[in-house]
Amino acid sequence: MTTAAAPSPTIASYARDFDELKKSRGGDASPLLASLRERAWSEFERLGFPTTRRGNELWKYTDLRRLDSEAFTRVSADSIGDITAETIRERSPWSDDWHTAVVIDGQFVSALSRNLSVEGLSISELVQSAADDGQSVDLALGKLAVIEGNPFVALNTALFESGVLICVADGAEIERPVHVLNLFTDGADNRAFYPRTLLQAGANSNVTVIESFVSLGAGPQLVAPVFEIALGSGSHVRHCRVQLENDRSVHLGTTRVDLPANSEFNSTTFATGPAIGRNDVHTRLSGEGAACTLHGLYITNGSSHQDNEISTTHEKPHGTSHQYYKGILAGKSRAVFSGKVLVKPGAMKTVAQQKDLNLLLSRGVEIDTKPSLEIYADDVKCAHGATAGHVDPNMLFYLLSRGVSHHEAAKMLIIGFASEIVDEFEPAPLREYLYRKLEQIVPELESEGIL
Amino acid sequence: MLEVTNLHARVVDAEDGEILKGLNLTVKSGEIHAIMGPNGSGKSTFANVLAGRPDYEVTEGDIKLDGESILETPPNERAHKGIFLAFQYPAEIPGVRPWQFMKAALDSRNEAHGEKKLSVREFSKLFDSKVAEVKINPDLMKRSLNEGFSGGEKKRNEMLQLAILEPRLAVLDETDSGLDVDAMGIVANAVNALRSPERSFIIVTHYVRLLHHITPDIVHVLADGRLVETGGPELAEEVEREGYKRFLSGQEAEPAPAGA
Amino acid sequence: MTTSSKQPQKISRNTDLSDQEYRWGFVTDVDADMAPKGLSEDVVRFISARKSEPEWLLEWRLKAYRHWLTLQASDAEPKWAKVKYPPIDYQDMFYYSAPKRAEDAPQSLDEVDPELLEAFEKLGVPLHEREKLAGVAVDAVFDSVSVATTFAAKLEELGIIFCSFSEAVKNHPDLVRKHLGSVVPYTDNFFATLNSAVFSDGSFAYVPPGVRCPIELMTYFRINTEGSGQFERTLIIADKGAFVSYLEGCTAPIRRTSQLHAAVVELVALDDSEIKYSTVQNWFPGTKEGVGGVYNFVTKRGRADRAAKISWTQVETGSAITWKYPSVILRGDNSVGEFYSVALTNNYQQADTGTKMIHIGKNTKSTIVAKGISAGHGQNTYRGQVKIMPGAENATNHTQCDSLLIGDKCGAHTVPYIEVQNPTARLEHEASTSKVSDDQLFYLMQRGISDEEAHHMIITGWSRDVIKELPFEFAMEASQLLKVSLEGAVG
Repeated sequence: MTTAAAPSPTIASYARDFDELKKSRGGDASPLLASLRERAWSEFERLGFPTTRRGNELWKYTDLRRLDSEAFTRVSADSIGDITAETIRERSPWSDDWHTAVVIDGQFVSALSRNLSVEGLSISELVQSAADDGQSVDLALGKLAVIEGNPFVALNTALFESGVLICVADGAEIERPVHVLNLFTDGADNRAFYPRTLLQAGANSNVTVIESFVSLGAGPQLVAPVFEIALGSGSHVRHCRVQLENDRSVHLGTTRVDLPANSEFNSTTFATGPAIGRNDVHTRLSGEGAACTLHGLYITNGSSHQDNEISTTHEKPHGTSHQYYKGILAGKSRAVFSGKVLVKPGAMKTVAQQKDLNLLLSRGVEIDTKPSLEIYADDVKCAHGATAGHVDPNMLFYLLSRGVSHHEAAKMLIIGFASEIVDEFEPAPLREYLYRKLEQIVPELESEGIL
Repeated sequence: MLEVTNLHARVVDAEDGEILKGLNLTVKSGEIHAIMGPNGSGKSTFANVLAGRPDYEVTEGDIKLDGESILETPPNERAHKGIFLAFQYPAEIPGVRPWQFMKAALDSRNEAHGEKKLSVREFSKLFDSKVAEVKINPDLMKRSLNEGFSGGEKKRNEMLQLAILEPRLAVLDETDSGLDVDAMGIVANAVNALRSPERSFIIVTHYVRLLHHITPDIVHVLADGRLVETGGPELAEEVEREGYKRFLSGQEAEPAPAGA
Repeated sequence: MTTSSKQPQKISRNTDLSDQEYRWGFVTDVDADMAPKGLSEDVVRFISARKSEPEWLLEWRLKAYRHWLTLQASDAEPKWAKVKYPPIDYQDMFYYSAPKRAEDAPQSLDEVDPELLEAFEKLGVPLHEREKLAGVAVDAVFDSVSVATTFAAKLEELGIIFCSFSEAVKNHPDLVRKHLGSVVPYTDNFFATLNSAVFSDGSFAYVPPGVRCPIELMTYFRINTEGSGQFERTLIIADKGAFVSYLEGCTAPIRRTSQLHAAVVELVALDDSEIKYSTVQNWFPGTKEGVGGVYNFVTKRGRADRAAKISWTQVETGSAITWKYPSVILRGDNSVGEFYSVALTNNYQQADTGTKMIHIGKNTKSTIVAKGISAGHGQNTYRGQVKIMPGAENATNHTQCDSLLIGDKCGAHTVPYIEVQNPTARLEHEASTSKVSDDQLFYLMQRGISDEEAHHMIITGWSRDVIKELPFEFAMEASQLLKVSLEGAVG
């Protein structure tokens, strides 16, 4: 798939990171993790950074040449600034009620985290947990986020120093949401972060997980997170992903989800900000009767680039899936929606929907949308759709005719377009936070006078 | 002509139980039977099982037409034997014209009976006369089958097919639902026009109103998968006055013997 | 096999339902004048010399050939399509075989080799049924050489040129030279490059300004010689304000080995003109077990100038592999591109087909209606690109692609690429995949129609939006072909 032409000149820098990390740790306490990392590193070395060269379908529209010339380096654990609880409250979606794991510059910070343990739920540092209670963590880690063929999963696996482990017991109904807050401090330029999260939801459990990414500074950074979500049969996991990094950063996120029989996974994403953003989500419906919704909103402005690589595999009968993404593009930005639904032989009675709608606000934007279906079972109902267009002049005129100012009318229409996705965010404080963000972001969109 | 004995049926692969739980019914040539029943009693299931809809499976009992079991007979061959189902929800089929559809249907029946197919001209004549007879808008006949037809137009189209195919046993599945008074008249006229000693009807309905236009010989009440009472037109009047309560509460009662 | 061919619409009149094999397969015993096996510069020169081509054309072929060598060296045979086939040995193939009598090209039908005529009769190309031919002028390409064109005189009166490609090179060199490669350059892709080097013959049409071609122009292609590739080149030019409707039909005999067909079709629609191009493709699909069959790697593209319209309609039921994307470059303002397609794969057939609509001019408009039917072990992919360039103000596209699956061993895939660089564009893409609806089937069967016929009715009806775009004779054939191609797939 990803064949590197010539090794990237910056690879050596990541190799140094890998060696340093190994030295500093003196090897992982968990031998399984240690060998996983070795395997990951050699796979990354083999793959290098992906190129847009012909035939590399997965990276057709996203150019990562920047990574060849600009090295991003891992920061060591002691570089965490003096972040206070107040700063966090001000700058991120926050509620004192939530179970919050605070991860600063890739380090799990237990002192700032809250409510990490209630009945049926435990949140802990991942590497330590792997060392303490090897088996279950070791066995699950890297199982869903497969290293082979995926350079950024490989890089993350080789280089993550700390992570978050969320375990939900069988049958547990976790009332309040779990929040994994990834904060990036205002520090040196070109730092690299590898957040790693593993969620194990027990059979018939029920939990909401918020995953957020917030940069406090304006300097360039690389964030390459990996989130593995293993649902138990009959469990229900809601996932809210909020990506709010600065406009010089590179975000290359990977989410891997396994849905066994009768489980349900609902994910909603809000992505805006980075110079290059990629949200690579793959859900696998491995059991009968699984249900999965992957919804998202992406807002791009200036020269930013957001790539949504969204894929769902139906392996067993009676699965349902729904991919629904909406994009707002302004300035000279570019967005990609590459959706895929694969229905394997025998996955009868599958119902799959896929949709990507885009609002284009200015000259110079580009949307590349590719909603694709690959179907090997006949008794299925699958559909997809995509649209791209301008702000509807009829709607605009309607609002103007009622005396609303042009700016206000356009803002209403744009936020209205976004609201279908934003309304899905739970719980209410998170949704309200995102609406406040929208109120800030939308008027700043470069829209050639539409706004 | 039709003999249904101890019929049990359920939805294929369904986890829920049987919908028909021992239904007995005998229909003789020339008779008009009305089967009335509350929602969920199994009326539509029965109509569809008679026509051989693959979504249902018969778990017990038998359906005999002229003394021969038709349980293993595919739906198209049941049609050749003269069973016609007027659908409650006729399927919409893009790109298939009503004319083409009826020609194919009539041809296949004639072929099955070893009879000569109608020429295009003969068939067109027949078709046009029937279109006029059931007063269906000829413009609809230029469209795809049932596509964009209103509820009433779909029912009228079912009556057109009934008139063209002239079946021996016509089963009307809630044909009156969603019809205005005029359309009801059309349905009634179509049925009354085809009434003959060789032809039987089973009219499946929730309401009595259609039975004001078509007088049934025998009225049955279907509740919980069985015919629980059988009588003459006066039974329909009773249902109109008092509803289905009596039959629902009296489910323990022995089902009345079916047929006349 | 019946040989009577009274009417043009009876191109496929073999309707015996009991026989489910390919019915167009028979080998015509005609002495072929063949180039030596394999591909080399000498073979390219041989082809050019056999056809007494001018120097510039030979040079063009050689440039293409040399480019192809570099493509082959860099392993540039396209691999992105969802089709699988063993490596093609380009040296194990004949690149030219002309029916022997072609040297002294027949001036009238009377001079055509009777055996050839008989072959065409078997194909249902009714060359000698002139009065019955009304409305169709046929240029038949038999193993790469154009045999006869009917109605030439009538067309000539209007200034319409319709002839074999070789004749056009001889008689209208300026027109050919000006437009050849202008839409599909010889560097375009692996197979188009190969075609540019070795194309043997094909059709040429030119309709002068303001002229509406009164009859449908038709070419019938057939591959005959075993182990030969077929590489036709078609060039159609509609001058300003002209209109032409062009039909293309294809068949090939049954061969146990696979045959390569790599054609190139270029359409040039000048300002305010319209070209309607219809294809019914029925190359040998291979046996039921997937042995043999034609590899159909075809490049078709048109250029629409200001307010011009190009409309592609295709019904693809044949070939072991179909790889084709008839495209429109909407260069002029207000130009229109259309693509209507039904592709059917049964047994072990594979199709990866769709279109490209490249919007460059303002107010350009494109419509795509693609229907895919998969049965048996067939794999059917719609792959299409809609690209809106930055200058394409108010461009619009509507795409509808639907797939039907018959049986649980086949596959249906939809891969659209929608690339928009202008915010005033409006695009809508819709697609659906399902099996034939049980409700629809039961409804038809309740009226006495058999399972198989009910399937056929539903599928033909479902394909109607495409089939109705075909001229009447072709529509009849297409509907019949769908039926025949699906036999055995139902039940």
